Amino acid sequence: MSEPCFTLDGEDVPFVPGDTLLQAARRAGHYIPHLCWHPDFRAHGSCRICTVRVNGRMAAACAVQASEGLAVENHTEELDAQRKTLLQMLFIEGNHFCPSCEKSGNCLLQATAYQMGMEGPHFEEFYPDRPVDASHPDILLDFNRCILCELCVRASHEIDGKNVFAIAGHGIGTHLVVNSDSGQLGDTDMALTDRAAGICPVGVILPKRRGFVIPIGERRYDQDSVAEPGRQEAS
Amino acid sequence: MTTTLTPYPAHGPRKLKVATVSLAGCFGCHMSFLDIDERLLELIEHIEFDRSPLTDIKTVGHCDLGLIEGGLCNAENVQVLREFRAHCKTLVAVGACAINGGLPAQRNHLDLGRLLTDVYPQGVPNDPELPLLLNHVHPIHEVVHVDYFLPGCPPSADAFWSFLTDLMAGRTPHLGHGLIHYD
Ligand code: SF4
Ligand code: SF4
Repeated sequence: MSEPCFTLDGEDVPFVPGDTLLQAARRAGHYIPHLCWHPDFRAHGSCRICTVRVNGRMAAACAVQASEGLAVENHTEELDAQRKTLLQMLFIEGNHFCPSCEKSGNCLLQATAYQMGMEGPHFEEFYPDRPVDASHPDILLDFNRCILCELCVRASHEIDGKNVFAIAGHGIGTHLVVNSDSGQLGDTDMALTDRAAGICPVGVILPKRRGFVIPIGERRYDQDSVAEPGRQEAS
Repeated sequence: MTTTLTPYPAHGPRKLKVATVSLAGCFGCHMSFLDIDERLLELIEHIEFDRSPLTDIKTVGHCDLGLIEGGLCNAENVQVLREFRAHCKTLVAVGACAINGGLPAQRNHLDLGRLLTDVYPQGVPNDPELPLLLNHVHPIHEVVHVDYFLPGCPPSADAFWSFLTDLMAGRTPHLGHGLIHYD
């Protein structure tokens, strides 16, 4: 008996029972844009960049179970335009000054925006006031760039067993918090070797004393686009 | 009697008029533009410069294309931007500062009065010649309509070239992988 399949932009994609659309598509070498999804963690479904059309209805590809015969549309003009709008909103809600960001060239948000052809922010900038936390001896936190993907929350909880991070607040006031009495990272047991220290897809959680070590032109997404297999997730 | 017809003078296609300016920027985008090197000779076959630091013309005439580097940090920047918009058929925001405020906008969460007294402890200069500072630095699309964005800090010479050759050929400019950069 042949493997069960769904179609992605008309192409057959095989899946194993329990797969989500995103898992199966990625395994088959397809690129469904995403920011908050990572193969090592359970789906979170917050960024909505992976929204596809499944049998005519919009759904997050990271959260929908694959099933035989589904017709999934991924790279349509409409969906890619909506993804670009979502990305533009993420950019203006934070302070994303790429030329002075250590993550530039290795950043999933930036690379996804390149892929969606985002040339400008389109909307009015928020320029929010989000002070950095430099209290930890080895790790810098620059909240200006947080996209609330919760990957650090999941990594700290599920892999490091530490619960260093959490998301607090509602609506536009939603923000990342550090779980210590002072609210400072320096007062937690976070270590540079923790999974949470390396999972951030953007330039929030950064190792100190290593900035700009790889020259522009040699960074992750200078070489390959985010659509390439092996380049689709935060490093 | 035979009449000799004087041939009608052959005209090449009209050259595009291009103006450029640096608002709250560092001239890095202009320098990168010049980095297209010998391709400038080909470019100059198709365009002529109006107001630009390259010509030292101070006022902008009617132009086909305006390239604007830098964001808005003072009242004069806003005035120059409005003049460009009124005189240029197509307006391009060039570089990170024009597009999202860039480095100058990193003062936006600081108090402007406090910044000035910190920078000028002997007394803040107060001369009518000095344009008034805006409280916040803004990208140019927040004040006028922008037709195209050419990102980068600065955009590479190849990005300039690809963008301009697309525009001159009447195509919508498209920067593919490797040319689209925010840094
Ligand atoms: S986190 Fe990414 S998008 Fe944001 S400033 Fe840094 S490189 Fe740019
Ligand atoms: S700090 Fe990084 S990993 Fe954590 S929520 Fe913000 S963007 Fe995601």
